[in-house]
Amino acid sequence: MNQFSNLFSRRQFMRLVMKSMALLAFLQTGVLFWFVRKSRAATSLPEGYNPKDHKWCMSIDVRKCIGCGRCAAACKMENHVPPEPYYFRTWVERYEVHGTDEPIITSPNGGIDGFPPQNSSEEFEKSFYVPKLCNHCETSPCTQVCPTGATFVSPDGVVMIDYDYCIGCRFCIQACPFGCRFFNPETQTADKCNLCYHRITQGLLPACVEVCPVGARQFGDLKDPESKIHAFLAENQVDVLKPQLRTHPKVYYAGLDKAVK
Amino acid sequence: MAPNINPAMMEALQHVKGYIFPNELELQWGILIVIYPYLTGLVAGAFILASLNRVFHIRQIEPIYRLSLLTALAFLVIAPLPLLFHLGHPERALEVIITPHLTSPMAMFGFVYAWYLMVVLLLEIWYDFRADIVGFSKTKTGWLGMVYRILTLGFMDTSEKSLAVDDKMGRIITIIGIPSAILLHGYVGFIFGSIKANPWWGTVLMPVIFIFSAIVSGIALMLVLYVVTGRARNTPIKTECMDAMGKFLFYALVFDFALESLDWFHRFYEAEESIDILVLLVSGKLLFSLVGVQLILGTLIPLTTLGLTQVLEIPKKPRKIMYFWSAILILIGIFAVRWNVVIGGQLFSKSFAGFTTYKPDLIGRESLLVGSILLIMPFIILWVLTRFLPPWRGVGKEISHSS
Repeated sequence: MNQFSNLFSRRQFMRLVMKSMALLAFLQTGVLFWFVRKSRAATSLPEGYNPKDHKWCMSIDVRKCIGCGRCAAACKMENHVPPEPYYFRTWVERYEVHGTDEPIITSPNGGIDGFPPQNSSEEFEKSFYVPKLCNHCETSPCTQVCPTGATFVSPDGVVMIDYDYCIGCRFCIQACPFGCRFFNPETQTADKCNLCYHRITQGLLPACVEVCPVGARQFGDLKDPESKIHAFLAENQVDVLKPQLRTHPKVYYAGLDKAVK
Repeated sequence: MAPNINPAMMEALQHVKGYIFPNELELQWGILIVIYPYLTGLVAGAFILASLNRVFHIRQIEPIYRLSLLTALAFLVIAPLPLLFHLGHPERALEVIITPHLTSPMAMFGFVYAWYLMVVLLLEIWYDFRADIVGFSKTKTGWLGMVYRILTLGFMDTSEKSLAVDDKMGRIITIIGIPSAILLHGYVGFIFGSIKANPWWGTVLMPVIFIFSAIVSGIALMLVLYVVTGRARNTPIKTECMDAMGKFLFYALVFDFALESLDWFHRFYEAEESIDILVLLVSGKLLFSLVGVQLILGTLIPLTTLGLTQVLEIPKKPRKIMYFWSAILILIGIFAVRWNVVIGGQLFSKSFAGFTTYKPDLIGRESLLVGSILLIMPFIILWVLTRFLPPWRGVGKEISHSS
């Protein structure tokens, strides 16, 4: 009988373990919802701005870009991006294509200081500049892998980072196929383009669009029937970067060459 | 604006080959993230070896059964530390567990780790060592005796029937433990395997390769520990135990090698857009660590040596030496596997048009020094554990039976 009670009590013990686990899981879920609500409430937006009314995107006409790099410089200033030549929210690449050879690609200091004379002494067949930035993907791999949800797609289609919540694990940087994210040494968090969210919610343009002297970059709102983006998409052969990865970017390029990475 | 340039990074800029996206100069995951899967692999491997004895009744490896469990625990305790040290905000680490983002493989860490530590390993060890703990609780005094008394959780019965219950529960937990160990390390493989942006990582075979390399490394570690602890305690090293472990090590390595080869064959045959840069990676930046250390030193040499022990009649003494040194080479080789996966996957640009470079710091938060400490700590913890709960058959049992 004694043996039996011993067995029984150990079973009870196992049951206790299982119950505690269940309770823990339950509590965890509760805390989770509390946090989510808290973080939502903490987001402050200008009065009258409803994220659900917009779907922000960008169009880039490669044929117009002159590679002046003003966009990259303006972005660094506007968003306090560290000045080092390996931290960028946006940058400009130069492609030099010689026949069917691999293209020569350069982006010295992200194009901020302009580009040196052409790299090759040979005559090249074509050369062009490609501005790059976060593609604000519809199905973004970076937000998918974030272990806390500190990076997320906002209702107006902007992929953003909560710098007070990011733990700095850098998984998102690994998951971005476009190299658009970097680890900010000052905040010790991931960092990237947010389409100048502080500006666009007040009706202003992103800094890079604002300073572009040739109108190669255009800011658009897919939900606004008046937005120029609709004409851009209708009148051009439009492509996105790495479409095979099915991330559904919202940065649309016209005049994109197959050489572009 | 005068940039506050980091000299190491500026030097790295000089070593870039081809074109990389500007943000890719700096490697995001360094030496600590190499060590993390190495540690969890050893945990999973040691546990799976132990389960061979427990569930599949491989009697020959009985001598290392309990040592394997303690080894798994010692390594599991340290496993989260490299992750923690690597975070930009370690003080926010608990957010992953309190507010997990359910689509992230990394967010599963808290659940997988807690499940494995609490439900599998600690319970299993408790059932396996309960009789010993009861014995010590009666003989030890002072605070140590108190710790043992608390650890009995009030179950002082050491009658045969009660011990049979321990045994049965231990067996059940081991059966749950095998898929859990596979989950623990398979999930680590999935962290890499699920990254579609990175062709070096994003393969469905990644978790499977992780699991088999984990089993290989775990068996190798236990083989080395068996010899080392046997020497240190001056107890005979049983040939039959070595033979059994040598055999399992050989077959696990064959399987692991076959999987790796399949992965390569598949990559070459499909020859997708990434194949050119990956071939350049393997024949350039990873030539030493992949072909030299992982393939030749860590796979082909031990494969040949262990293979010879399987087909030739080699006398006991040289045979044991062959097992031992093969295991050492395998442990080095699997470390190279982790290095090649983690570092290799970040050396080439996602533009597939160039390479960055990586040189770990000697001192600092993410440095070779911290890495070395993290690799040594599990052994120190294991030493303490073997003092506290001697895993050697007979030591604890005698006490519990005499009491």
